[in-house]
Amino acid sequence: MQTQTDIQSILSEEHLDCNRDVWCQRLQAVTADQVRRELSNPVGKFSLDRLVTLLSPAAEAFLETMAQQAHALTIQRFGRTIQLYVPLYVSNVCINSCQYCGYNKETRIERTRLTIEQAVSDAAVIAGEGFRHLLLVSGEDTQFVSPDYLCELASKLKEKFSSLSIEIYAMSQDEYAQLFNAGIDGVTLYQETYDRAIYADYHIAGPKADYNSRLDAPDRFASAGMRRIGLGFLLGLTDWQIETLALAEHASYLVKKYWRSQISFSFPRICPATNVQSEWPHLVSDTNMVQMMLALRLCFADAGIVLSTRETPKFRDNLIDLCVTRLSAGSKTNPGGYASEKAAAEQFEVADRRSPEEVARVIQSHGYEAVWKDWDVSFNKWT
Amino acid sequence: MEPLKIADKEFDSRLFVGTGKFASNTLMAQAIEASGTQMVTVALRRVDIENENDNMLAAIDRQKYQLLPNTSGARDAVEAVRLSRLARAASGIAWVKLEVTPDPYYLLPDGQETLKAAEILVKDGFIVLPYINADPILAKKLQDVGCATVMPLASPIGSNQGIKTKAFIEIIIEQATVPVVVDAGLGAPSHAAEAMEMGADAVLVNTAIAAANNPVEIAKAFKIATEAGRIAYETGIAPKSETASASSPLTGFLRNE
Repeated sequence: MQTQTDIQSILSEEHLDCNRDVWCQRLQAVTADQVRRELSNPVGKFSLDRLVTLLSPAAEAFLETMAQQAHALTIQRFGRTIQLYVPLYVSNVCINSCQYCGYNKETRIERTRLTIEQAVSDAAVIAGEGFRHLLLVSGEDTQFVSPDYLCELASKLKEKFSSLSIEIYAMSQDEYAQLFNAGIDGVTLYQETYDRAIYADYHIAGPKADYNSRLDAPDRFASAGMRRIGLGFLLGLTDWQIETLALAEHASYLVKKYWRSQISFSFPRICPATNVQSEWPHLVSDTNMVQMMLALRLCFADAGIVLSTRETPKFRDNLIDLCVTRLSAGSKTNPGGYASEKAAAEQFEVADRRSPEEVARVIQSHGYEAVWKDWDVSFNKWT
Repeated sequence: MEPLKIADKEFDSRLFVGTGKFASNTLMAQAIEASGTQMVTVALRRVDIENENDNMLAAIDRQKYQLLPNTSGARDAVEAVRLSRLARAASGIAWVKLEVTPDPYYLLPDGQETLKAAEILVKDGFIVLPYINADPILAKKLQDVGCATVMPLASPIGSNQGIKTKAFIEIIIEQATVPVVVDAGLGAPSHAAEAMEMGADAVLVNTAIAAANNPVEIAKAFKIATEAGRIAYETGIAPKSETASASSPLTGFLRNE
């Protein structure tokens, strides 16, 4: 048994939110023998020691074994299926100044907000492509993309989609409850970085500058009933191994406390965006990212593993066989990008521009079923 | 082999199969065919139940197979009941495999909520087949409210661990007055045979077929194993004996008399 405490205390007691030299040393100290021993343990269970071993530099030599184990475990838990989803960007207006983001309020880009009607038009194009899982995305545009806006949009989209999630600014528990009652039942919210000092460096203004409020947001939306909890950090801001340890602790804490909700991990890797710096001190290589995904899978048997179109077709295709469970496809990261020819600014540059149909074909060619629908509106109160 | 009767319908096959986790609907259809099953469960979350052209539904011949919609994903009785009613309204199918699994990780069934939902659905005219933990008291209560079967789990769903709840499933089989279908966790054909030899009325298999290297061949193996187990149960198995040893260390001296 573990005493239940809050995530702020957990991270601070373990020094996963500051002064993390001790973790660097532990990761460096892991030996090949320790990795070998860890890989003979049962798969799918999390402990911090296990994850340290699997994320260590020493484990990099064992990626193939890790991949074999992750592949077998993923097929056992999820079958030979990959779920498809798509993001719908409704606004690129933002009141934050995140230094890595194309929507940073300081950058001079063309700002676009979709009216409900425009968003519905975009959604109609998406539904026509076969999607039933939709992710609504927006900058922190609290004035326009308000809970009322989202509820109204949800009520218009429920005919066409079987699951609606959001990747939007952090809200209050009451606001999340309002959205849940309107049929939005999943929230993805990245901490961006679990390191307090680095967080402060990159989030210099706006509501998002409040580290604690963001860290506690998954508690708020899980308390409001959200069924799907999407977590992640921005790969590239600081050392990825230690961030992964913090992410895993966060997930483990949420899984225990909000046991009715399902966790998924996303892997947003810093991509070039308009007017954003191009030099990053901690860029994460393909090998690093694969090690991270495999290590998380080998600690969380049932977590969704999500990959967006930030990644290249070649990389995404190869990951189908490893441990990915959900892929976006045909994404447009600019508001109005589906229905309109007019190009608003993208949040990041999409690397995989293949059509949803093409991606589905690739999934099938790997011996997997492309699943467009794995939820039903009838679960929700709104029906 | 005696036919299996559930509600007012007879089944020659005692193997039920699930439709999740297959690499394609074509492969699923072939595995279903090879299994010889007559009862196929489908997660309502995965299909457009009102749409006959739905890819998965279209791959299942409803003339040959009883379609058994399931409420996988429901967190409580309210959700399971709502889902069942909407599915029946759209499809006309009154059969439901009741799954109330609030924990999305091990998908363990919530007994209280399952009982609550079962009571409502039975009164509403549904043929209810509830997925439950191997809890003999809960099985009796579900039987009392009018469920058509009980479906106790053998081990955590998808785990392929075999019959870990054996002692309790034996009690359920001993006491039940409705068919007992062993569901979840059967990983090898020998597990299915074991359940049938124990006296289960049927078994339900999904992951062990869908996630196998060759689902069609494994489906066939499950068919044979289920039949073998049933025949053995009906005809009776010769008693086990512990007396294979020829020596009698305590009474051997008597032979020298």
